[in-house]
Amino acid sequence: MSANKVVFEVYRYNPESDQEPHYDEFDVDLNDCGPMVLDGLLKIKNEQDGGLTLRRSCREGVCGSCAMNIGGTNTLACTQDISSVAKNGRLKITPLPHQEVVKDLVPDLTHFYAQYESIEPWLKSESPAAEGRERLQSKQDREALDGHYECIMCACCSTSCPSYWWNSDRFMGPAVLLAAHRWIVDSRDESEGERLDQLEDPFRLYRCHTIMNCTSACPKGLNPAKAIADIKKRLALRKL
Amino acid sequence: MGEQYKIIDHRFDVIVVGAGGAGLRATFGMASEGMSVGCITKVFPTRSHTVAAQGGINAALGNVVEDSWRNHFFDTVKGADWLGDQDAIQYMTQQAIPAVIELENAGLPFSRTEEGKIYQRPFGGQYLADHKTIAHRTCAAADRTGHAMLHTLYQECLRHKANFFVEYIALDLLQGPDGEVNGVMAYCMEDGSIHRFTAKAVVLATGGYGRAYLSTTNAHICTGDGQAMAARIGVPLQDMEMVQFHPTGIYPAGCLITEGARGEGGYLTNADGERFMERYAPTAKDLASRDVVSRAETLEILEGRGGGPNKDHCFLHLEHLGADVLAEKLPGISETARIFAGIDVTKEPIPVLPTVHYNMGGIPTNFHGEVINRRDGEDVVVPGLFAIGEVACVSVHGANRLGANSLLDIIVFGRAAALRLKETLPGLKSPETESNAGEAALARFDKMRTASGKRRPAEIRDAMQRTMQNRCAVFRTAETLDLGVKEIREVAAQMPDIGITDHGMVFNTDLVEALELDNLLGVAMATMDSAAAREESRGAHARDDFPERDDEKWMKHSLAWVENQQAGEVRLDYRPVKSQPLNDEVEAVPPMKRVY
Repeated sequence: MSANKVVFEVYRYNPESDQEPHYDEFDVDLNDCGPMVLDGLLKIKNEQDGGLTLRRSCREGVCGSCAMNIGGTNTLACTQDISSVAKNGRLKITPLPHQEVVKDLVPDLTHFYAQYESIEPWLKSESPAAEGRERLQSKQDREALDGHYECIMCACCSTSCPSYWWNSDRFMGPAVLLAAHRWIVDSRDESEGERLDQLEDPFRLYRCHTIMNCTSACPKGLNPAKAIADIKKRLALRKL
Repeated sequence: MGEQYKIIDHRFDVIVVGAGGAGLRATFGMASEGMSVGCITKVFPTRSHTVAAQGGINAALGNVVEDSWRNHFFDTVKGADWLGDQDAIQYMTQQAIPAVIELENAGLPFSRTEEGKIYQRPFGGQYLADHKTIAHRTCAAADRTGHAMLHTLYQECLRHKANFFVEYIALDLLQGPDGEVNGVMAYCMEDGSIHRFTAKAVVLATGGYGRAYLSTTNAHICTGDGQAMAARIGVPLQDMEMVQFHPTGIYPAGCLITEGARGEGGYLTNADGERFMERYAPTAKDLASRDVVSRAETLEILEGRGGGPNKDHCFLHLEHLGADVLAEKLPGISETARIFAGIDVTKEPIPVLPTVHYNMGGIPTNFHGEVINRRDGEDVVVPGLFAIGEVACVSVHGANRLGANSLLDIIVFGRAAALRLKETLPGLKSPETESNAGEAALARFDKMRTASGKRRPAEIRDAMQRTMQNRCAVFRTAETLDLGVKEIREVAAQMPDIGITDHGMVFNTDLVEALELDNLLGVAMATMDSAAAREESRGAHARDDFPERDDEKWMKHSLAWVENQQAGEVRLDYRPVKSQPLNDEVEAVPPMKRVY
């Protein structure tokens, strides 16, 4: 079979040896490689340059490790097939945008995780559950959590958001606001007021200008923009 | 070595290595009791492999059909093919109920029944008291239960302000003068620094080693790090030959399709469209134990009834379930089948084949999570060392784990380790640190970091994975295993020739993969040797040349000490199975013929 070559153009930066980042090009023969971008990157790492640095774990789209910018879009390398994003036999890959780069395709997500922690993402309830039993929750109430709990914290959405690029020091960003909304709408949680208080801030919440990049970027098909809109609505309604 | 690498010291009561379900449950259990605990993990906690568990967690809540933990106990003993320890199995199945309730109370978004209770689905090998009627025991959050659980456990850790050291690679355990384990050396990926954690106890929660094989449902990170670290301080590895093949890995990518797909009514066919499980397990059919279904699929393929141009897979049908059930109960695997097989599950079957999934074997422990060595025919606790979750062999899974007993195992024994340490911590020695503690670990690290031989880690890893896949798979014979014993040693002997490209300190994944490969090789050797020695068929260990279970000779746990990995020196011994439960709340299940 003739070679079916794609040139991977990969962002490289090694803090121990590089002053500036640069791009390296690697040829990948699709006839001799798995279908996904992660397959291509690992083939490069295994056979051409062991130093190529990226995060990966589950390789099936559930752990969120291998989020990166592929052909101009933030997504997971493990679930993005090469052939539908390579253009004219080329594919450009960079780390998630507007984050500090630790090395090559590895961004520093420390701040992103700290923001997640800051919304106190755990169940808060004064009323105890019945001794030794689950809290009851209707199927309808449980459905409210769909579209939230599936978030894999890959940061594709937040790092695709222009408001987050400019104001991530104070703006929570879509992933973290989606997580906050997950607790606001959980029928078992009793701290909606407190959670809304914490978000009622020109930066933390209201830097969202409904650009919707978050929803376009989410590799799990979730809709953070809608969750953010609902938080804003709840804040408006409680003023009435 | 100490001069070359600046060492940063930390001191805690307890160090947990690994932040999957077991590690996180132990971590917040100890944090909530006021112990100082540090959790070091090679990936951010929610990226641990627990996240990939789909179908659910077993507990006899009886939310759908009246049930009892005694039924769960019986099914687990039988599923384990009488290689499980019945004291530990009683502990796990009895504790299952409060453990699941605790998770719900912490916010885990379980699916619900019409009454608003936790939804429970059927899973393989589980029945009511008549041992015939299929139980509904598997508590589920759609088909993302592991993901939901891992996130909930991480959230509980945040609630309890646990200390995490994220993207730290554990290198080796530290020991005091009397052999007590009192710390661990670690490499911080982010800035390339070296850390020495000292503690009164270390809890290994590093998961399994599916990556010893070529085709596995396991994440890239499942590399047997804990098993290998324990082996390097002289702890044996138990029942390593017991490797579970999941019947429904997607062909050819290997991604998991949950057993819950069959629990919801899915079924398997061969190329002729025949529901072949009816021949192999007339009662349970597609919901027989995993070892039984994987063998049936393999036989269908070997006998020429596999699907596709190479006749090398079977088919899992879900299309008859309807789009609504699939969207509500199985949304995750519908997405996975679309992405990795290009299949619309509402219209066509998914191509599947048996794929390495779980290690029943691991570091031997008692049901408190304390690691036990064996000397002169006696069990001895290794002071200061715990192992929980897939890295451990308690043994609750024996020769074959029941589906949805692994999420259970990790939380029950994660909690058990925390409870045990609450009790025993005051009696454990304060670590005596010597300034050269960790020298050996650093020497190993340095040697690998500067390795400049001619073989790439990926080349040696591929040879290991092919050897395991070809010689130690679903069906085994003396011929294949003896070849495997020889070949895995030839692969290990290539390690002095290894060379890596990246010799730097910051986020050196080339180095980490080489260290992981070194961990996998010893663990793989223990697996192959234990398999070659066990001359019977039991659970996941199916020998063509010894097709029957032999309780008289082989109802015992294998122990393998990897004494010199490079030279291929592995010593085997055995320990009896505990065939009595903890107390008289349940009757022991004596060995009987295992039929589904």
